[in-house]
Formats: sequence, structure tokens, C-alpha cells
Amino acid sequence: MMKFRLYRYHPESGEQPFMQDVELDLDPAGKMLLDALLAVKAQDETLSLRRSCREGVCGSDAVNVNGKNRLACITPLSELKQPIEVRPLPGLPVIRDLIVDLEPFYKQYRSIKPWLINDDPEPEVERLQSPADRALLDGAYECILCACCTTSCPSFWWNPETFVGPAGLLQAWRFIADSRDEATAARLDNLEDPYRLYRCRGIMNCVDACPKGLNPTAAIGRIKSLLVKRRV
Amino acid sequence: MERYAPHAKDLAGRDVVARAIALEIAEGRGCGPRGDYVELKLDHLGEKTIAEKLPGIRELAIRFAGVDPVKAPIPVAPTAHYMMGGIPTNLHGQVVAPARFGPEEPVPGLYAVGECACVSVHGANRLGGNSLLDLVVFGRAAGRHMQEYLLDNPYPRPLPEHAAEASQARLARWDRPGSERVAAITGDLRRMMQTHAGVFRTDAVLRAGLDKLNQLEDRLAHAGLQDTSRVFNTARIEALELENLIGVARATLVSALNRTESRGAHTREDFPARDDEHWLKHTLYSREGDQVDAKPVRLKPLTVESIRPKERVY
Repeated sequence: MMKFRLYRYHPESGEQPFMQDVELDLDPAGKMLLDALLAVKAQDETLSLRRSCREGVCGSDAVNVNGKNRLACITPLSELKQPIEVRPLPGLPVIRDLIVDLEPFYKQYRSIKPWLINDDPEPEVERLQSPADRALLDGAYECILCACCTTSCPSFWWNPETFVGPAGLLQAWRFIADSRDEATAARLDNLEDPYRLYRCRGIMNCVDACPKGLNPTAAIGRIKSLLVKRRV
Repeated sequence: MERYAPHAKDLAGRDVVARAIALEIAEGRGCGPRGDYVELKLDHLGEKTIAEKLPGIRELAIRFAGVDPVKAPIPVAPTAHYMMGGIPTNLHGQVVAPARFGPEEPVPGLYAVGECACVSVHGANRLGGNSLLDLVVFGRAAGRHMQEYLLDNPYPRPLPEHAAEASQARLARWDRPGSERVAAITGDLRRMMQTHAGVFRTDAVLRAGLDKLNQLEDRLAHAGLQDTSRVFNTARIEALELENLIGVARATLVSALNRTESRGAHTREDFPARDDEHWLKHTLYSREGDQVDAKPVRLKPLTVESIRPKERVY
């Protein structure tokens, strides 16, 4: 029997959130946490969670597992200490059970204008890029916006309205670093602010949490050095 | 793959590779204790190429199969992965339907793009890059067409009086209690389609699949939700999705049964040859009475030289 403790919250019940103990007859070999959560849901449909691709690509099943933010679908059950405690991502309003309201996260993501800005006339063919310039995007483009990093960041917990957070800043860097993007100066202006960028204190929870092995702290450091460079 | 596609080998079309794997497994040459997969060897590409060109594949293989393709082969087997049919559209992304003035009349203001749509440029196959064309090219074309359409039609058209009733009835149906569980039916539907609408099909196998689908539909009528919450009710979403999946499964089985030839990913063991004389046409399925019609294939290109359709040889 595998033991789980699941965070349950049902806003219509009028009751406080509580931890529910669940036992499952499940062989953990080769299975992921998502398999277990779906097995629980097959018994009790009222357990609510987001999920889609079940292979670590869509980023919708990020949850807090034994204190760490992870994607349920690529977290092997055999690696987890029991009882496995599963909670919603911290620092965001809980809608129900394991589902949080991601709007504060998306709002910060939108604020960095996550698209290519280039007002040159449209070329006949694609906007080309050298392999070396393309390589600059490695480690930045792979982000799947699962929010594991941003919701593990104490600076974001403290200032979700004003601090862009690691995911948004990593994406800001992704467009600053893109040789095809022409809005670097405006992008840097948009971040030169005691809160939007400089609330990052280099705690590096984001690096520890990222299920794709990315390093938002390093990207934030690169943005900071560009800001210093343009001053001197 | 030398046996199946001597020139293109592993780079042959996905349908060809899927059939080759299915045959190897069926003839007892599969790998593993149950002989139910074959091995995809990539190590000859070298770590650098694999890391640069196939980082996603490598990550998936390590995570789910516990195999690093740099060192060892990846276990693989054919599975369903993409819906090749869809809501018929023209090249502007406008949904088309047979109506008064012809077989492909646009439905005003209704668009479909991506995997739900069928622009009918890919024929009966799913090859690498199909979904990119569907999204990038036709997504853009649809966006442009919508802009133009909105210039001429800036105001919403008045809705018919009872427009919301069908949708409300679909929702209300799930307030009714029932003994069958949605998750159980969904699992059985998945297994049924894998068995009856998989890589190789015959009249008998498809008909047996339709019988089982009818049984699943009977069970669906007796299904009910344990969760009646109005807040983020994913059980209800899954119930509605199951209804949609049953519809898609029916369209797939009926269309496959109707098409008595083999083409692309549709392989009929009882009709192994491609038959351009009778079947160079798209299947158009309507739910009402399981009706199957044909939609013409456009062979006249707009801007480039025409390529005559012919048998594929790899």
C-alpha cells in the first residue's frame, strides 16, 4: 500500500482546507506521481487537478510534492518518501484542491512582451539567424511556463504584483538575447526597476525547482550585467 | 527497416514504419520479455548530434524508458498519436460543409485551425511537420481572413432564439445520477480503438469495433458524476470529453469501414492495394445516420507546378 496526504479544498463546502490521507494499492515501479493521482481520481472524481500531455511538455500538472515544486507526470513514485504529501503550488490563490489561480503568474509573463518585436519590413524568406546566435537561446527557449520556479521564489511570494519572477525574467532574457529582436533597449527599460528585476536576491530556489533543468538566476544575472554595461 | 523500405529505411513515412514494427511484433520478432516492442537504435549518430538535434527525444527516453539513446536503443511500438481527420475547412481556415451552392460552402464566421481541423492538404497520412503547416500556415491564413471578414461584418449576428438549448442540454444531462463511471468507459474505449482501429484493419475487425462502440454508448447513457460541483469540475470536463471521443471513434470506424482500399495510415488487410480509380477522394462523415460522403481532392495547384499523385516508394 502506498500512502499519500493530499491537500483538499472545496470552496462550495464552506469548510477549511484539509489534508486527506489516502492509501493506494499500487506498484510504484515505472510509475509517475500523476499515475497515482489519476488512480485516486478514478476512485474519487472530486479530486481536482490540471494535467494534459502527461510527458513533461505542457507544464500543467505542477504541484508541490513533499515540499518541492515538481511536475507530477515526470516525478517517479519510487523516488518519493511516504506518505507523499501533495499540495497546490505555493504563493498563489487556491481555486480548488490542487488547482491554483495562475493569473498573477501570467500577468507578469505578459508584462515582458513575450513575442518577437521587429518592425523591419517583412522579408521574402524567414528572418535568418546564425547557428551561434541561435545557440544563445539554448537554456531559455525550453521553458514550458509550468510556474514551478516562480511559485518557489520567496521574492515572488512577497511581491507578486511588482516582481516579474524567475519564469518571466528568463523569458525576458530569451527575447533580449534573440538576434532577430530589435526591442532590447525598451525591454531593458521595462525591467530597470527596484521591484520588477531587482527583487531577485539570488536565492536560487528557481534553479532547484525547474523540472527542465533551466537556470533563471543566470539569465537574471545576464540582464543585470547588460543594465550595468549600458550605464558605463 | 531494410526489409520494408530499402532506400529510405528508418526515414520512411510514419505509416510505413508503424506497419513494419507491427508486422515484426506480430511475427514474433519483438523484443523484451513479452516481445511487444522493437528497438530504435540512435547511438551511431553520436552524442553531439543527439544532444543538438534530438534533445526532447533524449529527455523522454531517459525519463520514461530509463534509456539514454546515446548508449542504448529506445524501445518503441506504434500507438495513436494524432487525429488525421477533422472539421473540414478551406485554405482560409473557414469551416466548409455541403450546402445549397456546392459541396464546400463556407459556414459564415466559423473557423477551425490545428489538430481539430482538416484542410485536406495532408491526405491520409501524418508525417513530420504536418502539424506545423496546420498551425503556422493555416493559423495565419485564418487570422488574416477573420480580419477581413470582420471589416464587412462588424456586428454579431442575432442568435436564433433557442441557440443555447443543445449546449445546456448537454450540461444538464450530467446532473443526472448514474451507476457507470466515466473513467472506466474512457479506458475501455481507448483499448477498443487500439484493437479495432489500429495499424491493420479488416472489415470484420472494424465491424466488431462498431459493435463494442455501441455497447460503450449504452454504458455512457447510464454514466453519472460523483462530482456535481460548479467550481473547476474536471470530472465534468472528462465526461464531456468522453462524449466527444465516442463521436470521433464512431467517425473513425465508420469511415475506415467504408474505405475499401489502403491509403496512407489506413491499411485494410482485405483491400491491401491503393485504388486511385475509386478512392481518390476525401471522406466526409456526418453523424446523422452515420452518413459517409465524399469531398473532392483538389489536384490543381494555385501557384506551383502540379505533382501527380502516385504510389509512395521508400
